[in-house]
Formats: sequence, structure tokens, C-alpha cells
Amino acid sequence: MRKYLNIITAYSIMMILIILVGIFQSWSIALSILNYCLISAVMTMGANIQWGYAGLINFGIMGYTALGGLAVVLVSVAPVPEAWSAGGFNMITSLILILGIVLIVNYILKKYKNLKYKNYLIALVIVFGIILIRVVASPGIEAIEAVNPAKTGFLGGLGMPILFSWIVGGLFAAGLAFLVGKIALGLRADYLAIATLLIAEIVVSIIKHEDWLARGVKNVIGLKRPVPYEINLQTSPWFINLVEKLNQGKLNLISSVSEKKDILNQLVIDASSVYVKLCMTGLFLTVVIILLILTQKALYSPWGRKMRAIRDNEEAAGAMGKNVVKEHLLIFILGSAIVGLAGAMMVTNDGLFTPGSYRPMRYTFVIWVMVIVGGTGNNFGAILGGFAVWFLWVEAGPIALFLINFFTAHLDEANALKVHLIESAPYFRFLMIGVGLLVIMRYRPKGLIPEKINTKKI
Amino acid sequence: MELLNALILLLNYTIVPAITYGSQLALGAIFVTLIYGVLRFANFATGDMMSFGTMFAVLLTYYFQSIGIGLGILPTALLTIPFAIIAMILYMLFIDNFVFKYYRVKKSAPVQLAMVSVGVMFVTQAIIRIIIGPFDRRFLDGEKFILKASEFKEMTGLNEGLTIKSTQAITVVVTIILVSILFWFLNKTKTGTSMRAYSDNEDLALLSGIDPKRVVMITWIIAGFLATVGGVLYGLDKSYKPFVYFNNMLPIFAAAIVGGIGNPFGAFLGGYVIAFAEIFVTYAYKKFFTYLLPESLEPDSLVQLLSTDYKFAVSFSILVIVLLFRPSGIFEGKKI
Repeated sequence: MRKYLNIITAYSIMMILIILVGIFQSWSIALSILNYCLISAVMTMGANIQWGYAGLINFGIMGYTALGGLAVVLVSVAPVPEAWSAGGFNMITSLILILGIVLIVNYILKKYKNLKYKNYLIALVIVFGIILIRVVASPGIEAIEAVNPAKTGFLGGLGMPILFSWIVGGLFAAGLAFLVGKIALGLRADYLAIATLLIAEIVVSIIKHEDWLARGVKNVIGLKRPVPYEINLQTSPWFINLVEKLNQGKLNLISSVSEKKDILNQLVIDASSVYVKLCMTGLFLTVVIILLILTQKALYSPWGRKMRAIRDNEEAAGAMGKNVVKEHLLIFILGSAIVGLAGAMMVTNDGLFTPGSYRPMRYTFVIWVMVIVGGTGNNFGAILGGFAVWFLWVEAGPIALFLINFFTAHLDEANALKVHLIESAPYFRFLMIGVGLLVIMRYRPKGLIPEKINTKKI
Repeated sequence: MELLNALILLLNYTIVPAITYGSQLALGAIFVTLIYGVLRFANFATGDMMSFGTMFAVLLTYYFQSIGIGLGILPTALLTIPFAIIAMILYMLFIDNFVFKYYRVKKSAPVQLAMVSVGVMFVTQAIIRIIIGPFDRRFLDGEKFILKASEFKEMTGLNEGLTIKSTQAITVVVTIILVSILFWFLNKTKTGTSMRAYSDNEDLALLSGIDPKRVVMITWIIAGFLATVGGVLYGLDKSYKPFVYFNNMLPIFAAAIVGGIGNPFGAFLGGYVIAFAEIFVTYAYKKFFTYLLPESLEPDSLVQLLSTDYKFAVSFSILVIVLLFRPSGIFEGKKI
């Protein structure tokens, strides 16, 4: 029990903080913070598998998150038949062409391994293929984007349940990770960081600018939900009855009937938003718990020991006959798939897909701060990092505002410095996160909850 | 005549902008490469450090303008660069002393230093946004054009005009001066040689009596020059916006790696490789071909390899290709 004391304390403090937000700000805000904390926790678990278990640095988290989000759109949105009939044929031909190019390149790589001009041949195939695809696809793209551009202008999705898209998001991310891993995993750590970051940028710029795929920067709004809608709840009698029952004491104090009705109405509206968020929390919590069980099992399995051995000494592990390259690729794919899942969860939670919002600051570096702060190699630490850093990220503005007001209380209201500081309060979050990261890295390099490995004393 | 028109067209829309942009990238790439070579980590705060130096130049420019000091036809910002460089160097030495030094002395892994530089990135970005805000600012004054399109047309009688902005000329001139001094310093002076020795083999350099503290300090001082000048030149040419500077870190990294990280001359050329590739691949050649080809063969599409939306993606793809086939960079840098 004592072993887990610090974990329990840390999580209790986190929960108390969120409850305090609920009491002082509102329960709706507290729950949205909690939901985002859970999503961040899934992302950090993905990054932690790569960095903590295997020592692979992946700065491409942004790209996998975006792919997860794209999966939601492609799976859950209803298909647009007009667009399919306008340009579907061209797009499918292009897809087949892409597959063909990949197969030809693969064939050349296998068959003509020793050919001198192999690389030039491949380059020729790719360039010729791209030109061909452009010729085939561009009329299709134009036709698709011309179909009701204000509302659709894209192919739409498959119209399947949105929860299914979480799995697809993971698969998409895994596929990308396979490609990236093949290209970049041989690189030294800091090169890998740069290469993954830049590849993620390429992915995001493709999602942003290929309007026929997911409307690009025009955003997809009004996605399906795995939970009920507020407006339906507000009209269903069982929910109104439930709210009435819960607030019995408060309502009984009011004598006037019309006033009672107004207050009940307001309560129902508030409660419906809380209820929806609670449902989301339930879903996310299930995912986090399942992942936590799986990752914990993996960490203490022979496979986990192998990964740690590879992380701590690659050469020695290689000499013992472990296939370092294969294991690295596997763990890179696994971690990225979890990040993709988190990306899909996030878009589901928001109900909209905004490719323009995928920026490295928010989706790569902040997630990395979470991993480092929480504790690398420890899943409880990673989850705590996700919670703590996200909480700080959201609440930094109000905290900064409070501190500024406190320290400049003696200054005049119209004082130029005070006004300037209050205006720039939102940017203090960068300062807090940065200073937090630097302090943790200096004085607690293993994070808040460090990795614990059970070793028997001989 | 048609051929001349086509050439001028290409010069005006691709080559001149590419040389300017390339010079700005090259300065940043040398900065990255120097830090990587001497201090041995990938500095993720690159973009924000450039932004930090530029911020001082912008603020001082506003101040100088308000008290009526200027350079006539040249932008006032040139006058503020020395002060901005001093501020930048002080900030870099401060950060190095309180943040990076600890890990250097402890001989931490490069990845850890890279993570620390992410922390520095956050803090620097916060300071910049708190001081100057996240807004887009222009601080160019003085004469805007050296050569206007209309003047050029009158002079030569061609259909196509050639525009040369004063910022483009300033960028190229300043880059040439700064880079020549830098290479002279690195190759001919004793301090420069000791820096290169330290970068090649730290232990041997220490054995031969090179003072590591001095080498590190001089590296940061040079970095301060490069970051500030590169940042100010970019800001003069386009505009100053903190977020854009942060994003510029990515093509700068690409340039440094393409040129072979740790190799300043490679980084210098890498900047131009990236800039030319970005602009050549995304330029629409339709007009160019209309001049060259007979009417029957004229293209009706834009003849654009990739849309300009993919400008950044081009440089990153080049990086991926280089990493695949020549991981140590086109111009041989450190081994990966």
C-alpha cells in the first residue's frame, strides 16, 4: 500500500482540483476539463509507450492526432451521393494508381536489388505516376468540390457508427506509423524527433488542403455523437422527472408555480449538458482503463522487459539476439495507434473536425511536456501528467489573471503596465508550462511519478 | 525577345524571391548547425530565439521613429540591429548559464538537451507574447523599391517587368557580409579553429588546452548575431509575427539537415536548396511556357507541379528524401 501512496495522493489532489473548478466555476466546465484530461491521458500513454518503454522520440503526435480525427469524418459522416457520382470514379482510379505505384516500387526494390540505376528508376516511376494521378484526379476533385460547396463539397464518409471510427483512427495512425518507421527509425534520436515533426506537418498540410477529402480548412461540423443530444434530453419526460427529483429540496422552497417552472427549465438545460458530458466521461474513462490494464500488463510481461532492455542498451540487447529494428517498429506503430485513437476521441468530443487547429505547439510539444512531467516509463505517471498539464493549460489564464491583479493591486486601474499585463494574461500559460518543464527536468528528471522496476535483491 | 521575356519572368517570380528567402533560411540554418556542432543538441527554440531578437529590433525601430532618428532611404531597423544583437546575446548567455550549462556539465544525452530546449521554447514564446503580443507587425520604412516593374519595362522595352525590393537587396548584401565574416572567422582565426576542433572531437580539443567555456560563449555570441540578423531580415521582407517565426523553425531545420548538420557551409547552401525547391516546385509555369512555345502548343492548365499550399511540405519531402538516401546530408555533415 505504501508503495502506491504517492500515486494515490497525486490523483486525489488532481480530483480535488477538478471538483474545486466544479464548485467555483461550473460543473459543465469541470467536466469538459476532465474529458480533455482523459483524452490527453490517452495521448500521453501513446507517447509514453514510445518514449518510456522504448526510448523512441516521436514529435509527430500532431499528425497521428489529425489522422484519428480524419478517420471520424471518413467513417461517421453520411456519404454524399452527388459527389460520388460526380468524381468518385476518378478518385477510385487514382487510389488504384497509387496502389499500383507502391506495388511497382516494391517490385523494383525486390527484383532489381543490385541494379545500379534502381533509385533513378523508382524516381521515374513515382514522378510519372504523380503526373498520371494528377491528370486523372484533377477533374474529379473539381467536380466533387463543386457539389454544394457551402455544405458538402467532399466525398463524405461511410455513415457508420462513430465509435467504430475510434478503431479506424487507430488503424490509420498505425499505417502512417509503419511508413514513418520504415523511413525514419534508423535515425539518431534528435534526427528522429525532427523527421517525425516534419512528416506530421506534411500529413496535416495534406488534410488541410485536400478539400475533397474532408473539406480542408472549411471544417466539418455537426458530427454524430455516441451519446444523446441535449435538445432531445430536454424534451424527454424521464430526464425532467429525474432533474426534478434531484432538486426536490430546492424546488420545494419556491412557492410560485410559474417561477418554479422557469427554474426547473433552467435546471434541466444545465443538467442536460452535464449529463451529455458525463456520458462522454464514461466512454473515455472506459478507454483509459482498458488501455491502462493492457499497457501495465505489457510493461511487466517478458515483452516489456525486452523493450526496456533494448531501451537501456541497444547493442547489448541486439547481441542477445533481440531484433531491435523490428521491436522498434512495432512499438512505434502501437504508440502511434493509441495517439490516433485519442485523436478520434477528441474530434468525437468536440463534434467538429477543424484541420486548421492542428498545430505543433498544442498537439506535439504540450503532449511531450505531459509525458516528461508525469514520469516517463510509468503509465500512472503519464496519465497524471496528462491531467496535471492539461489542467494547468486551461486554468493558467485565470490563475495568471488572479496573480496579476494581486501583485498590481496598488497600481491605478488605468496604469499602462497593468492593462498590458491583463491583456496578455492568456500567454502566461506558455510561461507556466515552460518553467514547469524546466524545473521538473532539472530537479525531478524522472517525472512526478518515476518509473518503478521491481528487481529482486540478491 | 520572347526568350528574354520568359527569363525575366522567371527571374522576377522565382529566382529573386528564392535567393532572398534562401538567405534568410541560410542564416537560421547556420545557427542551428553551430549549436548542433558545438553544443551537440537540436535546438527547438531556434525560431523563437530569432523572434526574440527581432522583437527588440521592432520595439527599438518604433522608439527611434518616435524620436525622429532614421537612416533616410534605408530602413531604421538596420540601425537597431546592433542593440537587438546585444539583447539577444545577453538572453542566450543567461539561458545557457541557468538552463543548458547544467546538462552540458552533467554530459546528458542530446535528447534530454533537446527536450530542455523545448522548455526554453515555451518560455521564450511566452516572454515574446507578453511583451509584444501575437499580432502581425510591419516595421519597414524608407524606400520600398530599388527597381520598379514599370521603370524596368520603360528601360528595356520588354513586356515583363522586374521588381527588386530594397529588402531583397539588403537581405542579400547583409547575408553575404555576415557569412563571409563568419567563414573567415571559423577558418582563419585561432578562436574559430578551436571552435571547429571542439566540434569535431571534444576530448581531443580539451586535451590540447582549448577552454570549453570560451568556446561555448563564443558559439552563443555568433548564434546571437545569426539569429537576430536572420530574424530581422525575414521580418523586414515579410512581416513580424511570432507564430510565423516559430513555424519557420521547420524549414530551417530541413535546411540544416539537408546541408549536413554540423557543417556551416552545408547549412548555408542547404538554405538555398530548400528555398529554391519550395519556390520552383510551387510556381505556375503557364506564362513562362506561353512565351517559349509556339501558340499551338500553349498549355491551358497552370503547369504547376504542386499548389502553393504545399510550400512547406515540399521542403519537408526533400528532407525525407535526403534522410533516406544520404542521411549525413548532401554536403557531408556529422554522422547520424
